[in-house]
Amino acid sequence: MRDEHLARIRRIGFQTIVRREYGRIIRIWGQTLVPPAVTATLYFLIFGSLIGRRIGQMGGFDYMQYLAPGLIMMAVISNSYGNVVSSFFGAKFGKHIEELLVAPLPNWLIVLGYVAGGLLRGLLVGAVVLAVTLFFTHVPVEHPFLVAGSVFLTSVVFSLGGFFNAIFAKNFDQISWFPTFVLTPLIYLGGVFYSVSLLPPWAQALSYANPILYMVNAFRHGFLGTSDVDPGFAFLIMGAFAVAMFAIVVALMNRGTGIRE
Amino acid sequence: MQALSIRGLTKTYANGVQALRGIDLDVAEGDFFALLGPNGAGKTTSIGIVMSLVAKTAGSVSVFGHDIDRELDLAKSCIGLVPQEINFNQFEKTFTIIVNQAGFYGIPRRLAVERSEKYLRQLQLWDKRDAIARSLSGGMKRRLMIARALVHEPRLLILDEPTAGVDIEIRRSMWGFLREINERGTTIILTTHYLEEAESLCRNIAIIDGGRIIENDTMSGVIRKLSQETFVLNFRCATASVPQLPGYVTRLVDDHTIEVEVRKEQGLNDIFTRLSQQGIEVVSMRNKVNRLEELFMRLVERKDAAAAEAG
Repeated sequence: MRDEHLARIRRIGFQTIVRREYGRIIRIWGQTLVPPAVTATLYFLIFGSLIGRRIGQMGGFDYMQYLAPGLIMMAVISNSYGNVVSSFFGAKFGKHIEELLVAPLPNWLIVLGYVAGGLLRGLLVGAVVLAVTLFFTHVPVEHPFLVAGSVFLTSVVFSLGGFFNAIFAKNFDQISWFPTFVLTPLIYLGGVFYSVSLLPPWAQALSYANPILYMVNAFRHGFLGTSDVDPGFAFLIMGAFAVAMFAIVVALMNRGTGIRE
Repeated sequence: MQALSIRGLTKTYANGVQALRGIDLDVAEGDFFALLGPNGAGKTTSIGIVMSLVAKTAGSVSVFGHDIDRELDLAKSCIGLVPQEINFNQFEKTFTIIVNQAGFYGIPRRLAVERSEKYLRQLQLWDKRDAIARSLSGGMKRRLMIARALVHEPRLLILDEPTAGVDIEIRRSMWGFLREINERGTTIILTTHYLEEAESLCRNIAIIDGGRIIENDTMSGVIRKLSQETFVLNFRCATASVPQLPGYVTRLVDDHTIEVEVRKEQGLNDIFTRLSQQGIEVVSMRNKVNRLEELFMRLVERKDAAAAEAG
């Protein structure tokens, strides 16, 4: 009876967090869904149409086709991260995180709820960028499950990353520092725009230490069937990151770091 | 059954401040209980520990028999909290805030919508259901937090300064509402700076100061402990000097008003008789300060004096 009671609270509580996060994404659609569409359009116009024609082929595909999965993944990463870091930090800053902390919901469920919100925004933005892509080029889908699996795991990893950042952040500067100085360089150097085979050996070796390279390439492999990395190994890395980060974030929440006195 | 049972509760913050120094407290099911104390006494820390917003250093807390160390979620499911500070998302609609909170306590959506309407109506906020929360007045925000705390129909309602900054008319209507829900069976714990509010509403009381409970009794029992009260008497006609009242300390406030200090063993009838004998007609009388306030100040002052003497 008790277990059923708690299970019902958790199921409805989780649904409510996700519904609230979805409501927030839609309410501020001008900040969440429009900018990625504008950015993707500009990338396709400049890098795809203007510069891409001169580049020719990459990995056996038109540059625009090669670029498309990278741009989608870039949008998924930054939006998954951005959604959770701004939503959770905003809740801390506005003190309404207490609505959840006083509710009969365990910390792991609160984390899952926010991660589901990040995943939702990541997938919505990914779909928007994919729609923009289809205006410019045709993109084949060689391995649909690889596409779905890699976008899911990548979004989960970066949603957890956003949560981690928000736990420690004490002001708005501290939620923009990591995306600006760490995340963006890693994305740009993570094979979004190019194949690492173009790089000199030392730069290639360095690139293989960048986890985003595995995420982008697993996703690209799903669409085009070509990749700089072994997709199986990429999934192992993504899965390991997701599990480790979930465990760390829940442990920090249980300790009360950044949320309890 | 005890709605709330606290044993040996201590809290020392990371900066070394000892906020609670071993508190024992019981609140019976169905009670309307006042937890009073000066600023920094430990009231909000105690509530924070019960709600798991603050980590305790030692001691135990149980809510309707659910120990917060072993059955935290079950304990929390029994409580509704109205915190001292505004803590809802100011950018959300009033109705959304209430419906979401119901969801966090496992109330199915349809029932959450029904209950949200019920409590927003009862707290006279239904007209504001589509208003963005930050556009509400201070009093409305307080009532919104009460509606939010009630939407899962908790067995224990904890109100931390619920009427701070609320005008007297709304405060009185909130008192009526709180009395009603207490009569329907909800246990209420109230902290307030308005001692008149505590005296009017609560049956039992604890006074906390310096992290310790310095008084814990029924409200009438506590009031009876007041050894001396000061009354203000208004006369129909002007008097040039203080009336003769041997055995009483009196002060002339103005030519129509005096203050009289009356000890517990003395009686008001005696004062009226003597004044009447002097041809003085009393038209009204009131306590100089609220009785609970007078007692509260004496208890806190006595404790401070003892601390100064010891130091």
